[in-house]
Amino acid sequence: MKLFPIRGGIHPDYRKEQSSERAIVALPLPALLYIPLQQHIGAPAEVLVSEGQAVKKGQMIARSTGAISAPQHAPTSGTVKAVTEIPAPHPSGLAQTTIVIEPDGRDEWAELPAAIADPFSADPQTIAERVAQSGIVGMGGAAFPSAVKLNLGSRFKLDTLLLNGAECEPYLTCDDRVMREHAGEIVDGARIMAHALGVPRVVIAIEDNKPQAIAAMTEAARAFAEIVVAGVPVQYPMGSERHLVQAITGRETPAKKLTADIGVVVHNVATARAVHHAVRFGRPLVARVVTVSGGAVREANNIEAPIGARVADLIAFCGGFASEPASLVNGGPMMGQPLPGLDVPVIKGMSGILALTAGETNTQPASPCIRCGTCVSICPCGLVPVEMAAFIRKDNFEAAARLGVMDCVSCGSCSWVCPSHIPLVHYFNYAKGMINAQERDRRKNEQTKVLAEAHTLRVEKAAEARRAMMAAKKAQAAAKTEEKANA
Amino acid sequence: MINAINKSGPFTHGASNVQKTMYTVLLALLPATAFNAYLFGWPALLLFVVTVGACVVIEAGCLILADQPMKAAFDGSAVLTGWLLAMSLPPWAPWWIGALGAVFAIALAKHTFGGLGQNMFNPAMVARVALLVSFPVVMTAWVLPHPLFSASAPGLGDALAITFGGQMPDSVSAASALGYVKTELSRGIPVTQSMAHVPDLMDMALGFRAGSMGETSAILILAGGLFLMARRIISWHTPLGVMGGLFLMGTLFHAIDPARYTDGMFHVMSGATFLGAFFIATDYVTSPVSKKGQLVFGAGVGVLTWVIRTYAGYPEGMAFAILLMNSLTPIIDQYTRPRAFGRTLKGEPLPLAGRDK
Amino acid sequence: MLMAVGSLTVMGVALGGILGAAARFLAVEENPLEEELKAMLPGSQCGQCGYVGCGQAAAALAKGEAPVTLCPPGGRATAEALAKKLGVTADLSEHEEKGPEYAVVLEEFCIGCTRCIKECSVDAIMGANKLMHSVIADVCHGCGKCVVVCPTEAIEMRPVPLTLGTWHWAKPEAGHAVH
Repeated sequence: MKLFPIRGGIHPDYRKEQSSERAIVALPLPALLYIPLQQHIGAPAEVLVSEGQAVKKGQMIARSTGAISAPQHAPTSGTVKAVTEIPAPHPSGLAQTTIVIEPDGRDEWAELPAAIADPFSADPQTIAERVAQSGIVGMGGAAFPSAVKLNLGSRFKLDTLLLNGAECEPYLTCDDRVMREHAGEIVDGARIMAHALGVPRVVIAIEDNKPQAIAAMTEAARAFAEIVVAGVPVQYPMGSERHLVQAITGRETPAKKLTADIGVVVHNVATARAVHHAVRFGRPLVARVVTVSGGAVREANNIEAPIGARVADLIAFCGGFASEPASLVNGGPMMGQPLPGLDVPVIKGMSGILALTAGETNTQPASPCIRCGTCVSICPCGLVPVEMAAFIRKDNFEAAARLGVMDCVSCGSCSWVCPSHIPLVHYFNYAKGMINAQERDRRKNEQTKVLAEAHTLRVEKAAEARRAMMAAKKAQAAAKTEEKANA
Repeated sequence: MINAINKSGPFTHGASNVQKTMYTVLLALLPATAFNAYLFGWPALLLFVVTVGACVVIEAGCLILADQPMKAAFDGSAVLTGWLLAMSLPPWAPWWIGALGAVFAIALAKHTFGGLGQNMFNPAMVARVALLVSFPVVMTAWVLPHPLFSASAPGLGDALAITFGGQMPDSVSAASALGYVKTELSRGIPVTQSMAHVPDLMDMALGFRAGSMGETSAILILAGGLFLMARRIISWHTPLGVMGGLFLMGTLFHAIDPARYTDGMFHVMSGATFLGAFFIATDYVTSPVSKKGQLVFGAGVGVLTWVIRTYAGYPEGMAFAILLMNSLTPIIDQYTRPRAFGRTLKGEPLPLAGRDK
Repeated sequence: MLMAVGSLTVMGVALGGILGAAARFLAVEENPLEEELKAMLPGSQCGQCGYVGCGQAAAALAKGEAPVTLCPPGGRATAEALAKKLGVTADLSEHEEKGPEYAVVLEEFCIGCTRCIKECSVDAIMGANKLMHSVIADVCHGCGKCVVVCPTEAIEMRPVPLTLGTWHWAKPEAGHAVH
């Protein structure tokens, strides 16, 4: 298959061998499961259960609220112990509403929606609806509700479903293992998604450093002419949605547009597997494969963990820490987020838990920029990190925005290469946050203005109506007096 | 266990750091420097040590004044500045030239601007130009090579006298090839004749000619430059721009009037072309950050060098050309930004060719 | 030397005179800035700035009599927009310290008098006579007018809580001698 080059990028130490040969193992049910209401981009789910209620595995315990949202399901059977606030697996460590379930150990399935007998003759809407009801979100890390992306066929002229199995992040091997061990399920899920989207072609892109996964997927897709398995060069950030689309199709997604605008929808391979489960068996998303790795963990593993298991449970399953970790990361080391602690739960978008030693993180204090320009050469988005950071340092967000800071995908390549160890991506994340906050404030002010004007108008109208009424009454009274006088 | 989270990702980092970069450049300079030390003997070595030493001492002093960590004095940047300065001085110049140059370079050109990464102009070149305009005689007192252990080479005692006593032996001074051609031209002797008396290109490449330590031995400088490219410390853009600009201007005008203008190859092989192209114009801090910008910058240096060599009062113009282009770096940076993903060169989102349904 | 000083002085005085005259005779009578500034204010006439309403505040801003940070409900965004319009640097430290707020009705004290409902200029308070009132947090812009009119002190202002959606990374800590 003809591939197209992508700009820049880096070649970090991949260190995947720590976990790549470890087959997926299921985590024994922990004592308690913590299911946060917000595990996805969009509106948080709304609780459907109350304390003390018995739930079965796969039962919906929180429903989606709005167009971009996702429901939550009980990962096992048991009792709702509490609905409470606990820290989210998020760098802020902010608490969020979480349903705590105490498993009863029977792991009994609830009555699930019936399997869709022949998904390929089903209405695309039915499939998207099933995916939405199953709480499936993008499992590559972004956690965007998948059903929304399966509905794009009605709005855009699509030609390709691109299944992202690049897994370009160092350490992570969960997608690799899922592809090796469940290739058939992924291929079936992909075909169902392609049908829902109405696209004639499926490309499964896998980085060349996963030959076994490529072999397994090629084998599983052999019977289907519409599916192509493409090995893509090992080049971080190949797995970035827009860059992968460019590498496979040669099309460049315009700024502020979606890949769907140029005919391609991208889903993660694990998401395809979840779609297979939802459509063929009616099973919602209640577990996912997480890579636990890093030099500070005793034994790296790919663990199929129920959503809501604590990070501490997974670490304990891996034999605990071999040494005090310098960093605890949710996801890969390049784009992952720091974990605020071990007591946070596994969520749907959590692809990895990394306990990294100081040697692995190689964190050093920042020194002055020497303008070497490497960040400019390697930026996969064609930006000028050195200049943007200089503006952001002075809190000049407007200038940074002009240079394209909002186009930055936070891949981390610039921070990784910087010889001065300047936290470039951190500057950009800060600027993006500030710019978004300003935008929110601006919108709120505008809303206030509109409401205030409407209010003033209404008050004036009411006053006028009252005046009119008074005048009418007066006139009436006057008329009556006159009548009396006349009489 | 709760991490104090004040740092976003990435949680891994490449092996590069400033110190490593600087020391790699020094390593690349080593063969040429060693060869030149051999060519010009003890006085050159003494001047080299004085210059580099003074740079490090002044850097340390400035860091103390600025209340900054002393570690920065040993990141290799001060050594590199001193090293390049030493290589651009006449090898038998007295010690105070090196020491004063260090003050110009480190205190004036670098730390008044805010230290590493903040300076507008290449410190070594600022120092060289300041010295050249202040002490033109001393700064143009070139000597022919007197290889170590050869009969004409000064011993350590003589060398101490030359470097620290200011006793420059009168008989050994010589003109550089560029200087010679220029002087002859001003006497009305056409280039076609004077060229017969300059060393041939092979000797110039090998370094058997008069000049500063960095001007001789183009081949070893080239080897160092290629090494830096292989290590991805520098890219080919700046050197190609410099050499290309110089060569094209030389060749073009030589074709027009061979009696007035020296040819392109002579320009490339003489003077500090190689040192300038590979080690000075490529200075990170004072050159553009994008590859496109580096190409423009290099070409500018090449053309300006040719202009200064050909029309100005000084026989060698590399230092002036680099300083002039340094001042243009910000504007070159502004106009040579790469095209952002999904946008046109002007920054507008790419057009969508009727894909909506 | 004297020549130079003298000529510069003369030039300075002359140019200064011209500028002064221009300011006097070419001045724009109506200040169009005032309208533009008014458009940038929330328009809820809450009076927290100390002026009667947003129009008066805009007039004061245009005359340079009021700081750009005068509008608490407008928050940081408004202050920055005003500063940019007026070409001044805003001291935003106060906005940093005191984030946006919203009003909350305390159930146990509310007597359902509807006074706050009448006062609210963005219709953010729901309720009816003798019934408990409540504030729609998303709509409330934190002007605090309702707090003043409540006869039972049943309304209090609370900071808008940080959520996973609004949290963002803080500026990186500048290490020693960075950049």
